[in-house]
Amino acid sequence: MIPAKFDYVRPSSVDEAVAALRDAGEDAKILAGGQSLLPVLRLRLAAPSTIIDLGGIADLRRIAEDGDRIAIGAMVPHHDVMRDDLVKQHVSLLSQATATVADPQVRHRGTLGGALAHADPAGDLGAVALALDAEFVIAGASGTRTVGASEFFVDYFTTAIGEGEILTQVRFPKYTGWASHYEKFNRTAQAWSMCAVAVALRIDGGSIAEARVGLTNMGTTPIRASGVEAALVGQQANEDSARAAAEHATEGTAAPSDADAAADYREHLARVLTGRAVLAAAG
Amino acid sequence: MTTTAEPTTELGKARTRKEDARLITGRTRYTDAITPHGTLHLHVVRSPIAHATITSIDKSAAEAAPGVIGVFTAADLGVESVGLPCAWPITPDMKAPQRPLLATGTVHFAGEGVVVVVARTAAEARDAGDLVEIDYDALEPVLDMEAALAEGATLVHPDLGTNENATWAFDSGAAGTGGSVDEAIAAAEADPDSVVVRRRFRQQRLIPAFMEPRSCVVDPTGEQITVWAATQVPHILRTMTTVTLGVPEAKLRVIAPDVGGGFGGKIGVLPEEMLCVALAQRLNKPVKWTETRSESLLAAHHGRDQIQDLTITAKKDGTVTGLDVHLLADMGAYLGLVGPGVPILGAFMFNAIYKIPALKFTCTNVFTTKTLTDAYRGAGRPEATFGIERIMDELAVELGRDPMDLRKQNWITHEEFPFTTVVGLTYDSGNYEQATEQAMATFDYAGLRREQEERRARGDKVQLGIGISTFTEMCGLAPSRVLGSLAYGAGGWEAASIRMLATGKVEVVTGASAHGQGHETAFSQIVADQLGVPFEDVEILHGDTQISPKGLDTYGSRSLVVGGIAVVKAAEKVIAKAKKLAAHLLEASEDDIEFNAGQFTVRGTDKGKAIQELAFAAFMAHDYPEDMEPSLDSDAVYDPENFSFPHGTHLAAMEVDTETGRVTLRRYVCVDDIGNVVNPLIAEGQVHGGLAQGIAQALFEEANYDDQGTLVNGTFVDYTLPSAADLPSFESSTVSTPATSNPLGVKGVGEAGTIASTPAIVNGVIDALRHLGVTNVEMPTTSQRVWRAIQEAQGRSTQETPVDTHSPGAGLGSIDPNNPQGEVQ
Ligand SMILES: Cc1cc2nc3c(=O)[nH]c(=O)nc-3n(C[C@H](O)[C@H](O)[C@H](O)COP(=O)(O)OP(=O)(O)OC[C@H]3O[C@@H](n4cnc5c(N)ncnc54)[C@H](O)[C@@H]3O)c2cc1C
Repeated sequence: MIPAKFDYVRPSSVDEAVAALRDAGEDAKILAGGQSLLPVLRLRLAAPSTIIDLGGIADLRRIAEDGDRIAIGAMVPHHDVMRDDLVKQHVSLLSQATATVADPQVRHRGTLGGALAHADPAGDLGAVALALDAEFVIAGASGTRTVGASEFFVDYFTTAIGEGEILTQVRFPKYTGWASHYEKFNRTAQAWSMCAVAVALRIDGGSIAEARVGLTNMGTTPIRASGVEAALVGQQANEDSARAAAEHATEGTAAPSDADAAADYREHLARVLTGRAVLAAAG
Repeated sequence: MTTTAEPTTELGKARTRKEDARLITGRTRYTDAITPHGTLHLHVVRSPIAHATITSIDKSAAEAAPGVIGVFTAADLGVESVGLPCAWPITPDMKAPQRPLLATGTVHFAGEGVVVVVARTAAEARDAGDLVEIDYDALEPVLDMEAALAEGATLVHPDLGTNENATWAFDSGAAGTGGSVDEAIAAAEADPDSVVVRRRFRQQRLIPAFMEPRSCVVDPTGEQITVWAATQVPHILRTMTTVTLGVPEAKLRVIAPDVGGGFGGKIGVLPEEMLCVALAQRLNKPVKWTETRSESLLAAHHGRDQIQDLTITAKKDGTVTGLDVHLLADMGAYLGLVGPGVPILGAFMFNAIYKIPALKFTCTNVFTTKTLTDAYRGAGRPEATFGIERIMDELAVELGRDPMDLRKQNWITHEEFPFTTVVGLTYDSGNYEQATEQAMATFDYAGLRREQEERRARGDKVQLGIGISTFTEMCGLAPSRVLGSLAYGAGGWEAASIRMLATGKVEVVTGASAHGQGHETAFSQIVADQLGVPFEDVEILHGDTQISPKGLDTYGSRSLVVGGIAVVKAAEKVIAKAKKLAAHLLEASEDDIEFNAGQFTVRGTDKGKAIQELAFAAFMAHDYPEDMEPSLDSDAVYDPENFSFPHGTHLAAMEVDTETGRVTLRRYVCVDDIGNVVNPLIAEGQVHGGLAQGIAQALFEEANYDDQGTLVNGTFVDYTLPSAADLPSFESSTVSTPATSNPLGVKGVGEAGTIASTPAIVNGVIDALRHLGVTNVEMPTTSQRVWRAIQEAQGRSTQETPVDTHSPGAGLGSIDPNNPQGEVQ
């Protein structure tokens, strides 16, 4: 593993990190858990002049309740997100999806912020953040701004995080008492998603009062399956309604084709998995 | 495994491996951890293009880079005329292109080295590598075997005039070992009471993917040139270095320190190893080369890659009457050390455990512009076993028979051993009935068939399939005369020495070269029994041509059944010498000396000497017989009289989700007959690892090339090796019909799991889907392939299953090797 040469800085606060980013100029890269960045460096697909390691900023490793939201620091590793009681109680979908990310080694190193900033369309957490309307807190030279999930994911590996900016926190509204499920389909047990479906339902007296559905790897960004959501609301949560709603799963998608799945198969998977996810969430 | 009382002998004891503590904790020396003072580092600049003319090479920027000692082409090193060896000319007229150390003029596969950079550090060498400018004029890649053989095809090596390496044929009719297949087919076609089943199967290309990447260190600063290499074959590497570079053999010392796996992938003689020797000599400094994982996947030899056209004929009562095998085998761009012979090893295994009266085998090896292929765990036998076990299932369907019943009807019964097969091999022992009965009982074959019926009847979305493989294989390579008859470039013997130290400890030198197998433990157990010394007192030495000067190394499940027997033979000589010395010291006739459990006693008396006392007496040499040298040390070279024929019955319960195509291995039961077992724990480990690799071929692995000839899954993100999470807990056990061809009654076990499991899995997948009209799914049976097969069988057309596209997303899968500089974010 021999990357090209780079300088390395390890700031101890967000302000320092932002300053370091500014000083380093265009060619700087932020290092979070390194699970995606290091392979890229190793294969020399990127050769940043400076690496700014956020590992020394304790503030970014906290999960806290903040009124009607759960605020998760960008540097909280997947393992902690998956195990955290607040997350389990109020954002169970995130906990479930995080548990499907890779293997224990990767989950101990990789971070929520890193995964979302990396914005790999096959990544599992984007669909969850989108479906649940998470907010992204982004720090830059001119202060902090907050971006909604629907604007955060711009394209393939591209987010609303601008040059010189750092993602510091992801804030999830509370979905206390919602039923949820993340249905992931992959090639080997610890691989990325070929396709996956994130579902959260508020079930009231047996019928679906609210539904949130996100799709993984069905386009260049995570996709909100609004058609499925609309079809579910007001329905009893059963096989028929799930199947009927699942027919809308490919609306607005642009399924990629690759060796694991050509577009037609991916679309088929999206429908099957949507049906299954809804039923599994409903229990 | 069933536990029985611990045996009183070492043979049969499930000892934990004594080498594991250091291997597992990493407190050991792999090649890359060896750095003689002043070592320089190599980086090989490789062609990103499969087939191209090199139009210019500009080294100037690289030469000026920090730390760089030199940047060399083959011409710069004067090695343009050096060709890497192929030791297996399968036919007298075989076409063998020279494989250069670095491509000269033309590159023939993506990943072929063109320039080598030498620098003070590995990082500087790597950095400078990026500065070497090579211009290429792309030529047409040659990727498809059938197209490569067609008239007017682009030639990989135009000077050969063809892309055909060789065609090797065996016809039992002509050889006089059986009938004529052509006649059997003609007869079956004319006979309404016979059937003819023709199938085409594909053996996809696999990557051995050993854990430790290949590495080589060469130190020229001494009387001998010392070569450390992550190799399975230190002895062969030494001889072949002499053959290749002309360095006198006695001036070379080759050491294989601890080696992290090989699976056949480390039996080659590498261009990089030869570059290390050439550069160390030229610069008179130690040099090191260690590949990255990506280099390893791209440029280390691949395995399998065959198209198999099979025709089987049978009477409607189930009796098989003939088998015609036609193979195309992809050699890649050049020939590996034994590459052309690998598919030929399969010639002797297509008849498997069956009494097939007529067999014809024709194999054409083909050159393409891909990475070369060579031995990979099982080498030729997994391919053959897959072919026969798959077509036996197809024949069963054709005849409306239970696939196990059909096998039973045709297999060699245990009373019929020794049995000479249609290809002229003599199977010494076996009991297919016993292994099968035990496997079927453990598996609950009847119960699972019932469940299968129920699932079919209710149209369950998850269907169950039962996969069978009743395999045998030939291993323990090999009787030297047989190898001679196949024009193989070496013998098949193995050497051993036993040194009785003055203090009673025992050093055993073996020519086998362990790289994860556990020889140190198993061979110690054998010697402890043979000499009657404590297990702890035995030390096994191997893998260094100065310590173990003679040997033919480790591959082909040969270490125990050839190397282990050599150890037994050496022990017998030690005992004979000790007996003579004991008789002398005890003033008895040699005929009256009895040897038992380390004690030499005079029959009918309580007078005796322990073997340790005799070792000391020999060391002192104060008193010993006139006609004897004062030493118990002994050497042996053992040339096996026959191959070893392990066999077993493997059963897989496969669940197939018909909605998504997802295949899940629910249960895997296997009963292997590997004769007497030296160490059940090690044997079980070999079976489990072998199963994982064989199952991986069926379900997960495939090296894919795009239409430009670029490997598209050259990282572990997209070359999908399974992990423990992808496999169930295997239910493996053994039965024992001792081999009669060696004194321990042992058979090889290293490749058995890999050879047996692949067809069991695929047969199971197809069995689950047969009622839906599916008759074949190519390997690996991915969810997409299975789903498409179901759609097609149901008359719904879908897109082609693409295998050659780069995955967008999925992390590194997003990297397009054709555009490696393309930023991903
Ligand atoms: C073997 C393996 C399997 C995997 N499988 C999965 C899977 O199944 N599902 C899945 O979702 N993911 C998977 N991943 C990816 C994993 O989730 C990574 O952790 C994640 O993609 C990146 O997180 P990281 O903390 O390691 O970020 P890094 O690798 O350190 O950074 C990734 C990118 O984000 C940028 N970045 C990181 N943090 C910030 C920040 N705070 N502000 C701005 N930019 C930032 C970096 O500059 C870099 O470009 C896998 C990874 C591996 C190695």
